Amino acid sequence: MSDFTPHTDAEVAEMLAAIGLSSVEELFSAVPEALRLAGGLDVAAGLSEADVGERVAEVAGANRPTGRQLVCFAGGGAYEHDVPAVVRRVAFRSEFVTAYTPYQPEVAQGVLQALFEYQTVVCRLFGMDVANASLYDGASACVEAVNLAVAATGRPTVWVSQGVNPRWRSVLSTFAAGTGHHLVDVGLADGVTAWPADHETSAPPAALVVQYPNYLGCIEDLAAAAGAAHRRGALLVVAADPVATGLLRSPGEHGADVVVGEGQPFGTPLSFGGPYLGMFACTRDLVRRLPGRLVGETVDVDGRRAYVTTLRTREQDIRREKASSNVCTNQTLIAVACIVHLAWLGTAGLREMALRCARGTRYTRDAVLAIDGVEPVASAPVLREFAVRLPVPAEVVVERMADEGFLAGIPLGGEYLGDSPDGDSLLVAVTERRTRAEIDAYVTALAKVLS
Amino acid sequence: MSAAAGGKATSAPLMGRDAEPTLFELSSPGRRAASFRHTDLPEWASADLVGPEHLRAEPTPVAEISERDLVAHFTRLSARQYSVDLGAYPLGSCTMKYNPKLCDEAASLPGLTDVHPAAPVSLIQGWLELLVDLDETLCRITGMHAATLQPPAGAAGELTGLLLMRAWHGSQGEGETRRRVIIPDSAHGTNPASVTLGGYEVTTVVSDERGCVDVAALRRCLDTDVAGIMLTNPNTLGLFEEDIAEIASAVHEVGGLLYYDGANLNAILGVTRPGDMGFDIVHMNLHKTFAVPHGGGGPGAGPVAVSARLAPFLPGPRPSRLGDGRFGWDWPEQSIGRVHSWHGNALALARAWSYILANGGDGLRRVAEMAVLNANWLRHRLRDAYDIPYDRPNMHEFVASAAGLRRRCGLRAADVAKRLLEEGFHAPTVYFPLIVDEALMIEPTETESLQTLEAMAEALITIAAGTADDAHEAPRTTPVRRLDEARGARQLIPTWDARL
Repeated sequence: MSDFTPHTDAEVAEMLAAIGLSSVEELFSAVPEALRLAGGLDVAAGLSEADVGERVAEVAGANRPTGRQLVCFAGGGAYEHDVPAVVRRVAFRSEFVTAYTPYQPEVAQGVLQALFEYQTVVCRLFGMDVANASLYDGASACVEAVNLAVAATGRPTVWVSQGVNPRWRSVLSTFAAGTGHHLVDVGLADGVTAWPADHETSAPPAALVVQYPNYLGCIEDLAAAAGAAHRRGALLVVAADPVATGLLRSPGEHGADVVVGEGQPFGTPLSFGGPYLGMFACTRDLVRRLPGRLVGETVDVDGRRAYVTTLRTREQDIRREKASSNVCTNQTLIAVACIVHLAWLGTAGLREMALRCARGTRYTRDAVLAIDGVEPVASAPVLREFAVRLPVPAEVVVERMADEGFLAGIPLGGEYLGDSPDGDSLLVAVTERRTRAEIDAYVTALAKVLS
Repeated sequence: MSAAAGGKATSAPLMGRDAEPTLFELSSPGRRAASFRHTDLPEWASADLVGPEHLRAEPTPVAEISERDLVAHFTRLSARQYSVDLGAYPLGSCTMKYNPKLCDEAASLPGLTDVHPAAPVSLIQGWLELLVDLDETLCRITGMHAATLQPPAGAAGELTGLLLMRAWHGSQGEGETRRRVIIPDSAHGTNPASVTLGGYEVTTVVSDERGCVDVAALRRCLDTDVAGIMLTNPNTLGLFEEDIAEIASAVHEVGGLLYYDGANLNAILGVTRPGDMGFDIVHMNLHKTFAVPHGGGGPGAGPVAVSARLAPFLPGPRPSRLGDGRFGWDWPEQSIGRVHSWHGNALALARAWSYILANGGDGLRRVAEMAVLNANWLRHRLRDAYDIPYDRPNMHEFVASAAGLRRRCGLRAADVAKRLLEEGFHAPTVYFPLIVDEALMIEPTETESLQTLEAMAEALITIAAGTADDAHEAPRTTPVRRLDEARGARQLIPTWDARL
């Protein structure tokens, strides 16, 4: 077995003697006899490092029954983008990996400054004034935005577009059971949210929540959403794709009050869904309600520029049951990976990444729609993801396409399909990684599978 | 002292005391690092792809920096950061143990990192097996029936547990009448914050003179409107709640549930189990007990395990055995729903799984033994220099107090913390738990050697013998000195652009 405790038998004996004990068992004298675990843990004996490596490799291998990695056309909130070597080599330095939360800022300037730079770029992407140091994932950021909006307006109801990722909506609904918030679904018309006309509604909501581009890949009209929200005195919460904001006008420019996002595309591989990165940003007037940690610039006693977690009185360790959120541990390391990747992309590279996604998506969508029996789900403009209706169940298509070497996309549930049968639509994502040769091979395989 | 200490970091080199410029200052217009695949795709202009009404007028300013300068910048930042890999980190209640490197490698295998979370089950059999095995193993370690691996951190686990509590009472027809959750005055701040988000009111129960829950006071709080109690055991004073069996039966008698905050699970691995103590819901901090590195603040993982009667309410989808050696997804009948975008912090779960594989059942028991030995040894070593308000056998951590030092010579807990940084160690947790004046909460963990403990003890004893005037100047050897935290809040500068 592996043993990461450094104690020799002689040292254990010396230490026990120093504290007046004669056996290790006596260390646990406070644990009542009746509660002691007899016979030890029912957990297999420990393994050497090499044997652990073999076991993990075996499990990892079982994820590739065909022996090769599939060419990925799946998205839905998790995207296969390039992750440059600098992310693995620099963001994952052990000084960042093995540090705790920066409670002693004098010895945590590395993490604090990286977070300050991260907050700065998140604000630029989203067109906001303040961003926090991260939340768990896109869904948790969305939950916090809803909680903020309800607290800021004193209204219990929130309108949520059906264009918001259905898994995020599921998470919103799970946590609404505790807060008692009332979530109202707002449907789509030709791929974009159809907000109720102003005269149609009675009680004004705390917020309107819209995704940009939405789950079907369509670019929502944020100016219309902002108008619909602000005319009712509600906040506009935008769940923005941070890659798309490299090309699209920022949610802030359209009047968003809170912007959240899933930061996975910057620096994090698919990773079976985690750890990812919840981005959260808002306007300056909402900063006192910001959930989680915030890093600010200050000076030390010698007047040198330095960084510190600030506005701490919002947080759970000080405010307890009246805190703006219960979040403590967040996703700092993933935020560091994000800022390293963004810095590597740079101003021109971020725009180019988004543009390349849009080109690949256009090329793929045109070719897929040219296949007999394939229909668009919506005609609204898209950026790096689109939905199509297939003549056969999408689950079957995904299974058969895997045999051809492709992860074809994500089957869509019935809620997006009007009166057509459940499960015959597919959500397809195309990132900057996909080449013309890969896309052509994908389209050929899809045509074969569908025939 | 004879041997050099592996956990003392005063030899760490520094090249100077200047502030590190930001990425934005290091930028020069037109400079870039990025490269992209050759795709051979048509090079449509942006306006041909997206309507002009949606397009940004100008590219989003990010940074304009060469790869070389980028690497130098973040490498210099890393040199301004303390970490477990640099030295000892006795931060109470945070379990800052050494993070084995084999776990890093396990979590970076392409067969794990390249898998899309929505891939069909035929393509994720390895991930599902890993998650099912971890779920079952964590249940055996805690004495529970079934678990969810979705919660990405301890506080998320707490809220998930409270929603399970709510779902249980709802199923008993008592959703409206159970309104209060009891927490001790020594609890972590996340507990009351989570209780509020779970839709409950907090009732605080006091600790007795021995530092444990006052059982008589608890009985006075108990009634049929109590949904449950949240306890950390050992508690935040590092003391085992000896009356836990009596507490459990008292809470169960009024129909309440017991929630175990697993922040201090490291102390009892293989010794006793929350399930055997009578707990109904248990969250674990895999980033504490199971050596997932803390990443400067996260990511962690906060799985929640429950007793059989609560299993039908667990979040879905759950990884499950299909019976023929294959694995799939399962939605519990009365599931509270998802608590994560996907399946939790999967790579953190893989790290914890590999840590458990390496240690095995006996190794995990040794973790608890050596953690408790280290903490008790250090308490004994420091008892002449510091007040120890609850000076009796502790578990994995203990709480000292600088109250006497403050009275005698003006030395406060914060001064001790800053001085310890100069001595080459991270500081303990200070001013927590709230029930101890000038608290210094010390958790050495099981991975620090006797030599390191001896060096840390010598440093703390030296500090206690020093003057307040000297301590107020500390730290003097760190990249920056004490910060103007009030100015940070008063003149808020949350971004580079806000200072311009």
